[in-house]
Amino acid sequence: MSQPKFLTSSSPHIHGDNSIAKIMETVILALLPASALSVILFGWPALLVILITVISCMATESIILRIRKRESLLSDRSAALTGLLLALTLPPQVPWWVCVVGGVFAMLIGKQLYGGLGSNIFNPALIARVFLLISFPVELTSWPPPVPLFFENALTLMQSVQIIFHGGHLGVPALVDAVTSATPLGQYRMQVSLGQTVQEALGGSYGFDYFNALGGYMSGSLGETSALLLTAGGIYLLFKKVITWHIPVSMLIGCLLPATILNQMNPGTYPDALFHLVTGGLLLGAFFMATDMVTSPVTPKGQIIFGLSCGFLTYAIRTWGGYPEGVSFAIVIMNIAVPLIDQYTKPAIYGRRLKKA
Amino acid sequence: MGIALTTLRSFHGGVHPADNKSLSAHRPIERLPLPKMLYVPLHQHLGTPCEPCVKPGDKVLKGDLIGEAQGFVSVPVHAPTSGTVLEIKQHTVGHPSGFTMLCVVIEPDGRDMWRSDLVGIKTPLQVDPSEIKKKIQEAGIVGLGGATFPSHIKMSPPKGKVVSLLLINGVECEPYLTCDARLMQERAREIVLGITIMMHALQTKECVIGIEANKPMAISAMRKVVDEFQQIKVAVLPVMYPQGAEKQLIEVVTGRQVPSGGLPIDVGVIVHNVATAVAIREAVEFGRPLISRLVTVTGKGVKSTANLEVLLGTPVQDLINFCGGLTYKTKKVIMGGPMMGTALHNLEAPVVKGTSGILALTSDETTFQQKEQNCIRCGSCLKVCPIRLMPCEMAWHSKHENLDALKEYNLFDCIECGSCAFVCPAHIPLVHYFRFGKISILAQKQADQAKQKVKERSQRKEARIAKEEAEKERKKAEMKAQSDARKAQAAMTAAQQTAESKPSETAKAETPVSQEAPTSGGTISEDDDKSVRAARAAKAAAAARAAKEARDAKTDAN
Repeated sequence: MSQPKFLTSSSPHIHGDNSIAKIMETVILALLPASALSVILFGWPALLVILITVISCMATESIILRIRKRESLLSDRSAALTGLLLALTLPPQVPWWVCVVGGVFAMLIGKQLYGGLGSNIFNPALIARVFLLISFPVELTSWPPPVPLFFENALTLMQSVQIIFHGGHLGVPALVDAVTSATPLGQYRMQVSLGQTVQEALGGSYGFDYFNALGGYMSGSLGETSALLLTAGGIYLLFKKVITWHIPVSMLIGCLLPATILNQMNPGTYPDALFHLVTGGLLLGAFFMATDMVTSPVTPKGQIIFGLSCGFLTYAIRTWGGYPEGVSFAIVIMNIAVPLIDQYTKPAIYGRRLKKA
Repeated sequence: MGIALTTLRSFHGGVHPADNKSLSAHRPIERLPLPKMLYVPLHQHLGTPCEPCVKPGDKVLKGDLIGEAQGFVSVPVHAPTSGTVLEIKQHTVGHPSGFTMLCVVIEPDGRDMWRSDLVGIKTPLQVDPSEIKKKIQEAGIVGLGGATFPSHIKMSPPKGKVVSLLLINGVECEPYLTCDARLMQERAREIVLGITIMMHALQTKECVIGIEANKPMAISAMRKVVDEFQQIKVAVLPVMYPQGAEKQLIEVVTGRQVPSGGLPIDVGVIVHNVATAVAIREAVEFGRPLISRLVTVTGKGVKSTANLEVLLGTPVQDLINFCGGLTYKTKKVIMGGPMMGTALHNLEAPVVKGTSGILALTSDETTFQQKEQNCIRCGSCLKVCPIRLMPCEMAWHSKHENLDALKEYNLFDCIECGSCAFVCPAHIPLVHYFRFGKISILAQKQADQAKQKVKERSQRKEARIAKEEAEKERKKAEMKAQSDARKAQAAMTAAQQTAESKPSETAKAETPVSQEAPTSGGTISEDDDKSVRAARAAKAAAAARAAKEARDAKTDAN
């Protein structure tokens, strides 16, 4: 009688059905509505930017994993997610090589050199964006106004390909250069530094409108568009328990609280909290960037400290820093502090709290 | 009034695995037919193993002592049926590494006859509590929830500690297992009788029976009986794993937390499993030792499921055979529950006091060969940990053997419930790492102790040598002094002879010399430095002794 052979392993013998790929897919899904809207608002160039960035991220990851003789982990979807996140931080008509350089940097320097998924210090998408912003400031700050698909003046697919792949050198330079305009945050910083009030800067010919901003109809990065859809995506992630409220809520508070206070003190110099909320990358950062699991604290207390700091740094950079937008810098700076924050925010374990009592 | 809350708290974290209890919850308790052979391990409890007190060839009756308890944290083992002891040998037990253990092999004679001299206490509620505790100890009862902690220890709280609540654990939060639920459903009265005995023994005025809401039949059966007792209540708990863990159950029912490294009694609570209550009643009222227990046989890998009353020592194979055998899809056989149980290598391992279930899991039910990925620090493990530990950090430090960091992260507070590994999206076998970490720390401690012992031994040797040297020096000095004295005496006699002095002076000169060597040196200048050396050596020996004493005192304090 032969004994059947059984598997032996350490308990537990049953597991939930969660996986890294599932988490990544959920985040991608949550980003899709806002991404789709940005394609509609900015036309085919936006789609090309997203595709090129995602593909260069995945290709880089795949090649490096082969070189490192690791099993290809593209199935975990993390490279695709990084690509999408990076694309959403880029202007809508950025040249193709910027996307490729960004994708390669994100995967190579931002992630694989540290040891791959789980070992990186910085959010790969954001460190790549910071790298691009510092290296190619012109390309990264050319903001065309929204030209929605299928509307009058919409770019055709061919025109879009020319813009992305040939830039201003061949073909259609006028299309880009003629109509770039400042983002609301850029407009506010520029004009206020020139002595105008916030109201003068955003009103008048610039014509900032909160409803347009909520819907995403304004100049900016692909992912800085619709506050509504980004929030919906964030709530979906909360609902799916991929993220908790700690980081997004505290990051929003960290930015909007000082905004409210300073606005109350001097509305001419400091725009109100709603302006900070619906413009720029605050919502994208709060729900999708700062919550990156690898580069944020794991303890609830630590997450709140991290979120508040990210929010406040964002506000500080927007208000007093050298750049009109500070979300990327704020999060990347706080990424450095994550191990320290975790170290000092260990939760009080069961039965320890009462030990000395 | 008491410390049990009217509104229940919850504990931190926890998970909701599919409970799969419907596979076997409807099966009434059946008695497994007498097996052909019993392999009764001599170590079925937490504590010192038993020493066998039978030899091959001995005839035993059901309930005869076959293994004697060794010390206080140990319980005896009894013959589960009548028959012949064939041998006492190493036999496979339920251990993931396939370890063997000393087992008494008994061939049943088929009569299943109890020994005739078993006496119980007819009126257990009127006797002195110490008599009840003695009965429990003699009966070899341990916690039947799975931890197998000797029950008599729990029943003997240290002096000065008051048990304000007896908490009865009917939670059975492990998925699949249904034997406690069936026990409550079918033998509610026996449980409550056991409870009244325990309450009397502990002099407790309040008892709560905690049952999870997914066992409505058990709840109503228990409520029906408990209605007659004012001091006993049933608490229906929301379903959440690991609520049946002692510390979590206490937190839910009382809102109190057992101090880290402490015992439930530190917060005035004693927790016993429902099955233990029945075993205690059998032991106290009838004098019957613990020789059988309820085992759930279930899982999709077994042809039919059952809740069986099984003699301890019965091979798992017999239980599986009774249930129609395994299907070819069976991937894993587990002793215990799926969250904390032990995977078996084969079916030879015997049922022991801690075996609550035998699960035959198919590939649809159990996860296996999942590739471990990098931790992405998602924090899921922190969210579910009922102790609020940081499992991800602990796993990392275990992997890299940072033992000091592990202690800092309170590794030894981990109850190994498996919630973290259950939710981990990177499929990291966290509990496995924790066990490795714990064992590494214990091994390090043992190595340190061994080192310390060697060090002490060498220090003792040095001290002894120094002492001997000092002694030698002293003796030498003495001898020298004596010979010098003799010389002096000779000289003196010579002088006497010439000067014709009185003989009494010689005696005076001799006496101090033999009594005190160093002072004798005073008479002869040559001896001075030698005596000083001897005194130094003696001083060194004394210093070494003192140093050693100080060390001993320190280790004692530690």
